[in-house]
Amino acid sequence: MNGQVSARAAGRTPDRHATGHWRNQRLTAIGLVPLGLWFLLKLLSLPDLGHATVRAWIAQPAQAALLLLFGMFALWHSAQGVQAVVDDYVGGRLHAPATRLLQMAHWAAALAVAWSIWTIARSGA
Amino acid sequence: MYRLALGTVLSGLHRIMGLALSASSLLLVAWLAAAARGPEAYATATRFFSSLPVRLVLAGALLAFWYHLFAGLRHLSWDLGLGFEKSTARKSGMAIVALAVLAWAATLALAWRFLMASP
Repeated sequence: MNGQVSARAAGRTPDRHATGHWRNQRLTAIGLVPLGLWFLLKLLSLPDLGHATVRAWIAQPAQAALLLLFGMFALWHSAQGVQAVVDDYVGGRLHAPATRLLQMAHWAAALAVAWSIWTIARSGA
Repeated sequence: MYRLALGTVLSGLHRIMGLALSASSLLLVAWLAAAARGPEAYATATRFFSSLPVRLVLAGALLAFWYHLFAGLRHLSWDLGLGFEKSTARKSGMAIVALAVLAWAATLALAWRFLMASP
């Protein structure tokens, strides 16, 4: 049925480091079910997407914390997923630079998200 | 043959939708950064997000969100050893497609006022 998953699981099970990756991938996947639903429904329930409304939303500490958690989980999960695709399709000499590039891009995005939320939350609206 | 094809297509779709969401996350990052930066940056971002191509991309990202969510739940249930039987897998495969389209339609209706808002 799903050769992709079972082949990967079979290949990785004996490797403890890799089982850690597998577990982390499931952790972010499970976490993103409520976090992703919360983010989407929250966004859609805002009265408008004007600057003042968006800042007032993120300025609330609990909302800022949730948004930060969602952002970090989403980007971590994204890095894991893109890495899996790179592992499957980018071989040889390109594998290492592709891995570095995807990791740097995700770190940069995570920093930008953290900085943005921090800046808005600190300003108080 | 059909069963195998369906499973393969859905599995590939899960990855493609995941990659689409990864790419879409850049839009989210840019939007948050613009909100943090200030009114001028946010006005520029709003013009960008209001353009027709970006609206279409956002509508597509919404479909990717729902498909990847439901397909991901299906994968998680397989991790628990549930739903491996061929007939069950085929039914759940068709179910996630139907659920994704329904949830997409519902949230697209909710998002319509944003997607169609003038900049």
